Amino acid sequence: MKFDHILIRYGELALKGKNQKFFINTLRSNVQRALKNYPHLSIKGKRDHMYILLDGEDPQPIINKCKDIFGIQSFSLAMKVENDEEKIKQAALEALNQDQGQTFKITCKRPNKHFPVRSQKMNQVLGGHLLTNTDNWQVDVHNPDVDIRVEIRHDATYITAKKIPGKGGLPVGSTGKTLLLMSGGIDSPVAGYLTMKRGVKLEAIHFHSPPFTSERAKQKVEDLAQTLTKFGGEVKLHLVPFTEIQQKIFKEAPENYGMTIMRRIMLQISEKVAEQKGILSLATGESLGQVASQTMESMHAINEVTNYPIIRPLVAMDKTEIIDLSKEIDTYEISIRPYEDCCTIFVPKQPKTRPKREKVNQFEAPIDFTNEIEKAINGVETVVFNASKSQKDDEIDELL
Amino acid sequence: MIYLDNSATTKPQDDVLKAFQTVATKYFANPSSIHRMGGEVEELLEKSRTQIASLLGVDRHEVIYTSGGTESNNLAIKGVAFQYQNRGSHIITSQIEHPSVLEACRHLEKVGYEVTYLPVNRKGEVSVEQLKKVIRKDTILVTLMHVNNEIGSVQPIGEIANVLQDYPKVMFHVDHVQGFGKISIPYNHKGIDLITISGHKIHGLKGSGCLIKKGQVNLMPLQHGGSQEDGYRPGTQNVANAVALAKAMRLSMEDAKNYHQLKSLKQTIINELQSYKKVMINSSETGAHHIINFSVQNFKPEVLIHAFSDEGIVVSTKSACSSRQNEASHVLLACGKAESDASTAVRVSMNNHQTKEDIEAFIQAFRNIMSKYEKIMG
Repeated sequence: MKFDHILIRYGELALKGKNQKFFINTLRSNVQRALKNYPHLSIKGKRDHMYILLDGEDPQPIINKCKDIFGIQSFSLAMKVENDEEKIKQAALEALNQDQGQTFKITCKRPNKHFPVRSQKMNQVLGGHLLTNTDNWQVDVHNPDVDIRVEIRHDATYITAKKIPGKGGLPVGSTGKTLLLMSGGIDSPVAGYLTMKRGVKLEAIHFHSPPFTSERAKQKVEDLAQTLTKFGGEVKLHLVPFTEIQQKIFKEAPENYGMTIMRRIMLQISEKVAEQKGILSLATGESLGQVASQTMESMHAINEVTNYPIIRPLVAMDKTEIIDLSKEIDTYEISIRPYEDCCTIFVPKQPKTRPKREKVNQFEAPIDFTNEIEKAINGVETVVFNASKSQKDDEIDELL
Repeated sequence: MIYLDNSATTKPQDDVLKAFQTVATKYFANPSSIHRMGGEVEELLEKSRTQIASLLGVDRHEVIYTSGGTESNNLAIKGVAFQYQNRGSHIITSQIEHPSVLEACRHLEKVGYEVTYLPVNRKGEVSVEQLKKVIRKDTILVTLMHVNNEIGSVQPIGEIANVLQDYPKVMFHVDHVQGFGKISIPYNHKGIDLITISGHKIHGLKGSGCLIKKGQVNLMPLQHGGSQEDGYRPGTQNVANAVALAKAMRLSMEDAKNYHQLKSLKQTIINELQSYKKVMINSSETGAHHIINFSVQNFKPEVLIHAFSDEGIVVSTKSACSSRQNEASHVLLACGKAESDASTAVRVSMNNHQTKEDIEAFIQAFRNIMSKYEKIMG
């Protein structure tokens, strides 16, 4: 007797009223995409849960993949047996033996009233069977380590054991799209991840200033975009040539306002790119007070140039919390590679930490960036990353 | 020729050679260079490291690429000894270690360290009880081989790791060179701190290997220079070798399931050898299946090896690292064998794909040699 399918429980999306079907279908296609390499699986989405029929596949790697998918509250391995008391007893014992802990409880449900034993009675029968046939387990009905659930349905009986927590959140693609400003540092990928958690599909924008910024910095951003695909599928990365604009700011603007002006131009370009792509919001990795550009005054001065909503999932997080999360999602090690990016070059010695809107407008007024901005937008290069392997990955896998 | 000297080295697999050549040709840039070509090579290097880590269930930061077994053993032993000299200066090893361990320990003795060389029983096994007894307050390292290269005896690494887990200040290094791909050890066991693996013993390439160094361990590097391999092994990384090692390790682990078939082949050889009065079998039946060590009375091992060679069979004397010295095997002496047996030992070492036919040919050759020379050698 082996676990032959995985039961997936929905989080909030089970509550989403009339849109429920759309949410479930989105989740189902996300699960399907993540498990593309297992052609034998069949995935069935129902109103209150989803099943993956394993057809002999090892469940562990499949669960590991599903752990990265938003919209899943928890999983359990499940077995399907005939509606036969002896077989149910045997399967329940098997399920308990494959788990770890000291205490268990049996929760039996009997939607199939043709089954002769009532659920209360079944609880006792199974509990007794497990106690006599194991050594170290005890019953605890209030706070068990393992809850063995037995559902006697019309077609068969389903037995599930340990609940494995999922990521929660909403299925990516169910709540629209955002354009993430990604520098290559620790924060922006985490911001992207958290935005995806709320069901948002991601596109990313990166500003690079060759030859002042390193090729390796661009590669970093590409690797980050690739890493984020495992949570939300395809990520489009828009690379904006930023050299001319940065040089112009450096030459013509007062040094201490350079950073503020640069950020404002980044937002203007981002908004235009978002508009072109039909994206309704921007997202950043800003965390209040972290650096000069992220003080309240700076946000006030920089934010002036756009009225697009800016999603800042990290705004209230501490750096240490952000770092922990970035380690959890495997972006930390990429982010800390030491290469110059557009935010670390042309940095003023003393950037204004409390810039004022009037001042920045006054300094910007005589400098005309229109042509440069247009040129930058026309020069955007878009690279698409997919959760499935690229040709280059295949080549590397072949070598290894 | 039938090659039965796999503990000396193995034939590299075609796929490993192909991978080496592709990387050496296409990914030749320096992985530490900041241009994109360097970046791609670095990515490849790190992917190979991640693969090794996941094969063993350790963290990828715990894999240090080296040039092979000897270097990994030296780095582990001297690295620990120098790093923790303020903590103590006592090292425990066994009498039957590979020269790269024994000589490193002897060198340390010369510069003020104390080394306990654990004896072994007739089967070539150390006693866990005895190990417990010799651990002192100033012990900083236990270094033991997993599978012995001359006679195939297997040390109870898991059991020793359980014991040493209670001594957090005693590092445990395992020379796993002859065991990898044959007999697995609990790589991620908290009681094991350092593990030596060599590429050319597992159908990989000479000059490739790694040292697994768990996160809690610090080592004084033997070389000083750049910050490659986290500074533990400076010098431009040999990425083609690293990739070849990762591939050889993957293939070798996938192939480990074939190891059990060597058991009956070993038995076939032992059954045959036992029928000769003059033959002494030095390997124990409880040892690894792939190594059979035996001595033929009054038969100089060189002569036997050349005679086998004439019959198309490649076998060897003790370890290649010590076979040029014309003296008795330290391993066999430690196992309590007579000087005469210890200086006439011959080793047959198989790979996981050795066939029945290979072994039949070996046996036929042995019969031919014995009938031809037995009288002369008297």
